[in-house]
Amino acid sequence: MKKIHYREWGIDSPRYWGLLAVLAAIVAVGGFAVLYMEHEGHWVTGMTNQVVWGMPHVFAIFLIVAASGALNVASIASVFGQTMYKPLARLSGLLAITLLVGGLLVLVLDLGQPSRLIVAMTTYNFKSIFAWNIYLYVGFLGIVVVYLFTMMERKANGFTKGAGVVAFVWRLALTTGTGSIFGFLVARQAYDAAIMAPMFIIMSFAYGLALYLLVLMFTFNTDDRPLGDVLLRRMKNLLGVFVAAVFYFTLVYHLTNLYGTENHEFELFMLRDGGIYTAIFWVGWVLLGMLVPMGILFHPALGMQRGAIILAALFVVLGGLSAIYVIVIGGQAFPLSMFPAHTIIESGNFDGVNGMVRSYSPSLPEFLLGLGGFALALLVTFIAVRMMQFLPYSLADEVTDPHHAK
Amino acid sequence: MKRNFGLSLLLVLCLGLLGGLGMVHAGEGVKGSAKADKLDACVAPTAFMRRNHFELIKHQRHITVHEGIRKTDHSLAGCVDCHVRKDAQGSHVPVNTPGEFCAGCHQFTGTTLDCFTCHATKPTGN
Amino acid sequence: MSQPTDQPTNKHRREFLAGAAAVTATAIAPGVFLQSVADAAPRASAVTDDVRYGMLIDTTKCADGCNDCVSACDKENGIDLLSKPEGASEELWEMQRPRWIRTVKLKNNLTGRVTSLPMMCQHCEHPPCVDVCPTGASFRRADGIVMVDRHTCIGCRYCMMACPYNARSFIHENIQTTLTAVPRGKGCVESCTFCVQRRDNGGTTTACQDACTQGAIVFGDLKDPDSAVSQAMAKYPNVQIRADLKLNTGVRYTDV
Repeated sequence: MKKIHYREWGIDSPRYWGLLAVLAAIVAVGGFAVLYMEHEGHWVTGMTNQVVWGMPHVFAIFLIVAASGALNVASIASVFGQTMYKPLARLSGLLAITLLVGGLLVLVLDLGQPSRLIVAMTTYNFKSIFAWNIYLYVGFLGIVVVYLFTMMERKANGFTKGAGVVAFVWRLALTTGTGSIFGFLVARQAYDAAIMAPMFIIMSFAYGLALYLLVLMFTFNTDDRPLGDVLLRRMKNLLGVFVAAVFYFTLVYHLTNLYGTENHEFELFMLRDGGIYTAIFWVGWVLLGMLVPMGILFHPALGMQRGAIILAALFVVLGGLSAIYVIVIGGQAFPLSMFPAHTIIESGNFDGVNGMVRSYSPSLPEFLLGLGGFALALLVTFIAVRMMQFLPYSLADEVTDPHHAK
Repeated sequence: MKRNFGLSLLLVLCLGLLGGLGMVHAGEGVKGSAKADKLDACVAPTAFMRRNHFELIKHQRHITVHEGIRKTDHSLAGCVDCHVRKDAQGSHVPVNTPGEFCAGCHQFTGTTLDCFTCHATKPTGN
Repeated sequence: MSQPTDQPTNKHRREFLAGAAAVTATAIAPGVFLQSVADAAPRASAVTDDVRYGMLIDTTKCADGCNDCVSACDKENGIDLLSKPEGASEELWEMQRPRWIRTVKLKNNLTGRVTSLPMMCQHCEHPPCVDVCPTGASFRRADGIVMVDRHTCIGCRYCMMACPYNARSFIHENIQTTLTAVPRGKGCVESCTFCVQRRDNGGTTTACQDACTQGAIVFGDLKDPDSAVSQAMAKYPNVQIRADLKLNTGVRYTDV
């Protein structure tokens, strides 16, 4: 096995600082949005007593899910022994940390009482999956730091496999915990399903790899580092497989719901009558998020064109955000089924009069907060790859491919 | 009869004058108008209260919320009831206003007072 | 030298003393009276599970278009002190303002029969909101009241996601005025407390019960077989809303 060389990101200075400036500006604007929301209260957002989680949560959950998936690339190398992925492992660990931090930051800054974070970290109700998630998320950060250390400190390389296994198992628990946030809720028809946890895991595979690919190709492109076709083919095929798996889980989720009469109203809402939610489901989640990327990635000609691969990955990310939007917000918009054989004709609290869904329009501060978290994750990633040796020097075929003719 | 009436009138006039002497701006607490101002010590010795009042409040809030116990010396409502001052017009001045009882120490020590983002700052509820 | 006994008693002094006593009594009497009411009632020892508070709603008695229970609850719990923040849209404010109780009107899909009923926190025995709260702020008190310890609430709203009855409210704005008995602040979650400020100070009714002129709301101790609510529940067939979730709610409804 040829020795892998890593080098700091060599993008030229003006572009680098320009990129940082743009990202920092987005983070700053997000920061102001947070101050505004915290000072005034949540009345400035579109979130209400019926739709209690909004845009910030969509971004936060997406980032958290993608974070755990981003670590997959390293796991493929350390846990499953695929040496071709070994050079990719350091960036994978880094992205896992930055995306998770970005997501958590968005989540915490949206709390009604963010100053009580200390309370949240010291007082626990362990029946709540949220309480477990606090440990899972923070523990994940620590474990990945250790994992990265074993990769980057030569003397610790022997421990990489062990750390990799721990990290892999932990992130499965973490994503199960994230999916179970919804899976454990008995109250709503969109949730209360055991499939939520594994569906989130499979989504994490897809979204994490898509974001990883985008960051890898961007950093390599801007630094004129070679990314060989052999490795790229494997990664894009893997992304296609993950997206296909998401498609399968989505199908099972909806088919199961459609089978049982009790969920028919909800499924009709989701698939046909839900207005914006139906549109985002079909166009965002299904078409752009799954069908188009699969079409591109498995296409014999398109599949190896760099531009097409980037587009496919972007669509997967978009599809991911759409999916989380439909799950989180669509799931809340659909009224609670309190009186099965009845229609509610009047209500003092928007209980779904005549089946009307609860309304929600994302407000600007919420959107800025979510975007700020995303920008922060990228900002820290770019600074880290510039200052430390996360990126492999070359991923050309001669370097990565063990079967390459010498 | 006339003498008694005269005496009563004199008493009322004196009280009126004394009240008038405490001339303050409208809305500002009149010194001495709080129940606590007339007492020697709080529910515990002053030195103890200065150092430990927050422990008492923090302990009591849990007991009141989770156990429903209201008959206590340590309720926040009790603190407010005793320490709140009245202004010249006779209406209560919120107890966390700068210049009032709580701010006296809290401004000096620079510690944030979080209680009154939720709790009433006047006895009967403002 | 002793006072000669045939001298008439000093009428002036007697009148003065009587007058002074009367004035003094009038001055302190209200204080004494209030004090006795306040002192006699406040709970001095911890609540126990000897009592379980519950409620029976007789939907046949709930009058169409009536909102007396809602107004009474708003007044009792300081919700009527809240106002729309400057610059907020009316529509959005209606969705963001706290509501501890609301009236719902239903129509039976098959028969067309119309029912009205009030809906509030059901004070379940196995509350989903308590299960999901990460800090344990949402809790069930020994006497069955499900409430939020807002000292510990971080405002994550997970309990609001979990509640099958949409019973909880989040405070979306800075609060200017609160009642001493019912504190409230921005960023925390709250819901019907069965008028816990009355429970802990010797009261026996809830505001909604007192306000309902039709007698649709009966509140009391479910563990006391002689209480009005227990007897009503034994007499009238009643159901839990979302009985399929097996939460064993403290609030039951007849004729739904």
